[in-house]
Amino acid sequence: MIWVVAIAFGTVIAAGTYLALSRDALRCVIGVAMLGSGVNLLVFASGRLQSHIPAIVPATQTQLTLAANPLPQALVLTAIVISFALLCFSLVLAARIVLERGDADLEELRFAEPHAPEGYKPSVEESQ
Amino acid sequence: MMWPLAPMLVPLATALLCVLTQSTPRRQQMISVVGATVLLITSTLLFLEVQQVGALRVVLGHWPLPFGIEFVADVLGTALALVAALMLNVTVLWQWSDADAAPSSPTLHPLLHGLVAGVCGAFMTADLFNLYVWFEVALMCALGLLAHGGGLHQLDAALKYFVLNVIGTMLFLVAVALIYAATGHLNFSALGDAMARLDAAVALPLYGLLLFALLAKAAAFPLYAWLPASYHTLPPPVLALFSALLAKVGIYAILRLFGNVFTPAPALLYDALGWIAVLSMIAGVLGAAYHWDMRRILAFHSISQIGYILLAIAMASRTGDTAAIFFTLHHSLVKASLILVAALVFRYTGHYDLRRCGGLYASRPWLGVAFLLLALSLVGIPPFSGFWGKYLIVREALSQGAYLWTACALLVSVVTLYSMMKIWLEAFWKPHPDPAWRAPEHVRLAPAWVGVSGLALVVLSIGVAPEALIGFADAAAGALRGDVP
Repeated sequence: MIWVVAIAFGTVIAAGTYLALSRDALRCVIGVAMLGSGVNLLVFASGRLQSHIPAIVPATQTQLTLAANPLPQALVLTAIVISFALLCFSLVLAARIVLERGDADLEELRFAEPHAPEGYKPSVEESQ
Repeated sequence: MMWPLAPMLVPLATALLCVLTQSTPRRQQMISVVGATVLLITSTLLFLEVQQVGALRVVLGHWPLPFGIEFVADVLGTALALVAALMLNVTVLWQWSDADAAPSSPTLHPLLHGLVAGVCGAFMTADLFNLYVWFEVALMCALGLLAHGGGLHQLDAALKYFVLNVIGTMLFLVAVALIYAATGHLNFSALGDAMARLDAAVALPLYGLLLFALLAKAAAFPLYAWLPASYHTLPPPVLALFSALLAKVGIYAILRLFGNVFTPAPALLYDALGWIAVLSMIAGVLGAAYHWDMRRILAFHSISQIGYILLAIAMASRTGDTAAIFFTLHHSLVKASLILVAALVFRYTGHYDLRRCGGLYASRPWLGVAFLLLALSLVGIPPFSGFWGKYLIVREALSQGAYLWTACALLVSVVTLYSMMKIWLEAFWKPHPDPAWRAPEHVRLAPAWVGVSGLALVVLSIGVAPEALIGFADAAAGALRGDVP
């Protein structure tokens, strides 16, 4: 079972990295979100994957045998909520950039840090 | 019993009230000012109480330690929360002046208070996963503040800030997950013992990953690209808040984890940290020497000054930690006030680019005096506050035989002086390039001036009487290292 999770983790991280390195703004943002999902999988797996027994200890027992640790499941819920909020924000951000410029190429996105016109001196920045 | 949580709860409640009063801007501004003042008062009281009785602890949810989420208000955490509260007050006060030309927006105040809540939470928590959550709270509010201008400059900056910072926090989360998988603990006091029991071959990569992720949050070489790409697109008072607080959260986490929780961490880590510190200093100051936009010069300077703090942490001794704490407090105040002075220069001349400013010493001599005092504090000319910070760092580095690092630190100071002189000569000393230019009269700048001169007075008093702050930093470092002073 852990091998399935490990291979899934590796695949998601590889795909996310590939997309995040893309020059297209939307692909980049979706790649970052996939990286986040991969990391969430890792957090989930950090408490071991052992059983399907719910995390309630019967009165006669002091310890569940073969049970997964419930704490990382609580942690991963928090992480999922956070990464979902970030995904929504970043999709809107990327969409705004694409709509305002009519172009999704990140290599040309140089508004905050314009190229130096003479090659070595920083450009005279317009006051905003 | 909830009293030590006040630095988080007050800004959270204020942010909520500011959201509810979005439709009436005047009422929202009143609530914001009241909330900031209450935060300043409560964090001062908490700071004084912790000085008297020692660290206060709260464990939430009635879970016994080490399972409950613990908050610890100790000397270092409350001091940084006090700086955060002070900076929030200056930023909110600044909104009353018309120094900031941008129209005010109903989402500004909730985001400011949310940012401070996230930062203060990170300063107080004693749980590794909870630290990640507070990082994210601060990150989301920072993203909102970056994007909220809505121009292409701001959106561009927000996207770059988002991608680089989110990857940094993800690496941090990976480190948290792996540390939890290896030790079964998240609480700081339990983690220290559990990590010390681990096999060195397992522990070293975990420490390395954690340090790497925190260095990305602290804007250290070579992971600093998000800082100069985004800071200069912010409105000036928000920029002052960012540069006083955001990278400091990363610095604080490094100091807390590698100066307190995981001591003694492997020596290799501190060696690596020392080299990273030196490279940050050099890379930051060269960026500052190249640029002509005041905000970008100051943003690059932050990276170089973060290098000094990291160098002090890399000394891995109580004296080194003292220097790091002193320098962090000094740098937050000096950098924020320099940015506010730059904002006033912009208000008078209409430009941040030094090639288009000038003549300010003739028309506004007091602004020149304020800038000169703060710039000399940043460079570290005695008797100003930066001198004492650098003196502590250089003395400790020399006593540990790190001669090359010391030489680099001193050389970087010279280049820092050069770039500060550039601002002085261009903005204040030379005549304005347009002979018809007159400084605008009839602008309501009194609240802005109160903020700047208040911060400048604090900085000056640190410089003239450094013993108090050095003594305090030494006590905080002693508390971190568990020594009885």
